[in-house]
Amino acid sequence: MSPDLQETRILNINILRFDPYDSKSVPHIQTFKIKEAYGMTLYIVLNEIREHHDNSLMFDFVCRAGICGSCSMLVNGRPTLACRTLTSKLPQEITLAPLPLFKLIKDLSIYSGEWMRGLNERLETWIHDKEEELNIDKLEQRMEPELADSIYELERCVECGCCVAGCGTIQMRPDFAGAVGLNKIARYHLDPRDKRSDEDYYELVGNEDGVFGCMTLLGCEDVCPKDLPLQSKIAYLRRMMIKTTMA
Amino acid sequence: MKIIYTDVLVIGGGLAGLRVATGVKQRGHDAVVLTLVPPKRSHSAAAQGGMQASLANSKMGEGDNEDVHFSDTIKGSDWGADQEVARMFVHCAPKAIRELTAWGVPWSRVKKGEHGTIINAQKITITEKEQAHGLITARDFGGTKKWRTCYTSDGTGHSMLYAMDNKAHKDKVEIHERLEAMALIHEDGRCYGAVARNLMTGELTAYVSKATTIATGGYGRIYSISTNAIICQGMGQAIALETGVATLGNMEAIQFHPTAIVPVGILTTEGCRGDGGLLLDKDGYRFMPDYEPEKKELASRDVVSRRMTEHIRKGKGVKSRYGDHLWLDITILGREHIDKNLREVKEICENFLGIDPAVDWIPVRPTQHYSMGGIRTTFKGESQTLKGLYSCGEAACWDLHGFNRLGGNSVSETVVAGMLVAEYISDFCDKHESSVNISSSKIEFFVKKERDKLEALLTKEKGEDTYELRRAMEKIMMEKVGIFRNGDDLQEAVHALEELLKRSKNIEVFRSKSRAANPALVNAYRTQRMLKVALSVAYGALLRTESRGAHSREDFPSRDDENWLKRTITSWPNENQTMPSVSYEEIPISNMELPPGWRGYGQDMTKHHHETKMRQKMVDTVKENLEAEGATRFEIQNALMPYLEKLPQKYRNKNERLGEKR
Repeated sequence: MSPDLQETRILNINILRFDPYDSKSVPHIQTFKIKEAYGMTLYIVLNEIREHHDNSLMFDFVCRAGICGSCSMLVNGRPTLACRTLTSKLPQEITLAPLPLFKLIKDLSIYSGEWMRGLNERLETWIHDKEEELNIDKLEQRMEPELADSIYELERCVECGCCVAGCGTIQMRPDFAGAVGLNKIARYHLDPRDKRSDEDYYELVGNEDGVFGCMTLLGCEDVCPKDLPLQSKIAYLRRMMIKTTMA
Repeated sequence: MKIIYTDVLVIGGGLAGLRVATGVKQRGHDAVVLTLVPPKRSHSAAAQGGMQASLANSKMGEGDNEDVHFSDTIKGSDWGADQEVARMFVHCAPKAIRELTAWGVPWSRVKKGEHGTIINAQKITITEKEQAHGLITARDFGGTKKWRTCYTSDGTGHSMLYAMDNKAHKDKVEIHERLEAMALIHEDGRCYGAVARNLMTGELTAYVSKATTIATGGYGRIYSISTNAIICQGMGQAIALETGVATLGNMEAIQFHPTAIVPVGILTTEGCRGDGGLLLDKDGYRFMPDYEPEKKELASRDVVSRRMTEHIRKGKGVKSRYGDHLWLDITILGREHIDKNLREVKEICENFLGIDPAVDWIPVRPTQHYSMGGIRTTFKGESQTLKGLYSCGEAACWDLHGFNRLGGNSVSETVVAGMLVAEYISDFCDKHESSVNISSSKIEFFVKKERDKLEALLTKEKGEDTYELRRAMEKIMMEKVGIFRNGDDLQEAVHALEELLKRSKNIEVFRSKSRAANPALVNAYRTQRMLKVALSVAYGALLRTESRGAHSREDFPSRDDENWLKRTITSWPNENQTMPSVSYEEIPISNMELPPGWRGYGQDMTKHHHETKMRQKMVDTVKENLEAEGATRFEIQNALMPYLEKLPQKYRNKNERLGEKR
């Protein structure tokens, strides 16, 4: 249908609001009526609400292009990136809530940065190698082109937290590394520049807060905005861990 | 009053800021990074297409080296760049990329043997050397003589930023997140840190430091449509300006990227054209060869953006409810290539346009993209006028890009400048002169000043509406300080912006009165500062009566070296001023390695400087004589414009290349 022929909808945007820094604030749903426009995304909707209806509404956008992972929230109950969600793909009633499990800053804004930093520090998501031997005047270390592509495939994670919000295990085990963490381990395990051994990785995630905690519900893979192969990577890590313990 | 002491305060957690922090840490100095967002969400992540470094591994990069990269960069800058800085940069870019390789960036690699590619709309087969197999490969980008832009698919910035942030984790760099620098603390021409506001709690903290680095990126968001992340609001430039001491350079030098999607202005990488994509008009006609027969779609960004605008003005644009646009056609590259090397572009097309770029053309038009101007510094990244204040990356003007930046030189600059400036800062911190000599009452004075300003915004009654001022500013910048500029429009823009600035002193934050997380309050104080930045841009553009690089005056179409081979220097010495103060800094021809010439686009209308001929002759003679004596390219370069001694000792060695004698 041509956009000009479409009937303009009035969207009911229901937002779960709460300000933990205000002692008088109680969590409640507030509804805003917004006239839909062609090509409208939730980024446009939320900014319109802030500019014309309620300038105190808190939410996070940075790149607004689906690249940075800042704007993840529950859209009609499903974790996703708001910036690239077109209203035309949603019903007239749209309910927005902050991602669960992360510390709430206010309204739709969550403190995912702190959570991700903690995860990265715990799993040591960096190349483990003897850096003092690095000579940057010389040709770089070679890598098979296909291997570089496979590493990049896993590195496309934007730490948006959707997989964490979609995870069943983490509801029961708050220290569970989640798909975001396990995918990172798979990424470094694949990378020959990281000199950690299989035993080192076993120490990191060979337990119930790691790869053996996963209940294989795979909500993570369903909601990952970057379509990362989370299911196969978790399975791969499990096989690797079992092989390591058998050896 | 809460005070946090550190050796080096870094404002901004993107590539440049993180590289400075890890660098000074390695030299034994403490560092704290203040950042608005988690570092991995910084705008650096949005760089798609690649990083320039003259590795010369791929077939189409053969013969590349520092000299070719240097010449491309200077021509690209329309001779506005600082040639010594450009030399330092091209020399260190291969080192920076090799360092990032060791830190984990999965650069796309050369695969030996034959592979197909598209050049000038023709399918071509290229054979990669056996010896190059597994080394970092490169793609073509605008304004470059060789294929020099190294990449990881089209997520280069993302990969670089993740590697850099992970390295910062490893080095235990302290990151203070959701903190905004509100003002620099300074006394007697010396900077001692910043007052910062916690964006979650509203708390004000004084960060006191020996050295302070601003690495906050550009100021694209003074325009209503920009490819920049929404946090690129020029706050780093603004707080430097508000010291009254630090200066900004070339603020009017604004780059427009040829291919942002319509209407939202999200970028599709130059890699689209680098890999063989074409620009088409409403008739499906490929128009760029008519305007630029040699470089076509891969002319420098400023040139392509102007040619597109000219073509639209001739009525050749595609009409849409959001204004006229042109088409970017990458269907010719095939689905396999797009799925592998242009994945972000594909996702953006699917999610924001609902189209499949392997089948459909992409609606594009030139859009604000990069700020060549910024905090004016020496080659060490230090402010020329405020000791202890440093700046690097897009936030700074040290001045690598002059009046037009080459694609692929920005992420490259972030890590190169970061690694160099970290050394210069460390040298400074090693010396006694870096000690902090400021009283606590003076620190208190700066904190109180910020607190009072915030209170005034929250308690004001019957004041101005922030959004009204902000939208008016954005519109003026779009309509009157855009790709083509003229005196009448710029004069109107300056007047109107000055009025908005006066009104902004009277802003009232309506309804939303929280002192903690409060987006309305943030918008209010940032808008006040953005107006100063916007005025600096518009006023600089009005005064510069020539066309150079991205600054294109319809009423002064020639580049005028005789009168305008100089940098615009902007300051704001008195806070009650309603206009910036502008002065100029000469760009001396006498020590140029590459004297001013013609960039090779359109007609040569340059009004040359009277010294240019003499310098060119001298350069030619030196080259001829040394070549006759069998001198190496390094010896010739050194005779023309020595720069190595400016570099930290550890970065002076030559770069190894396949097939090049060391």
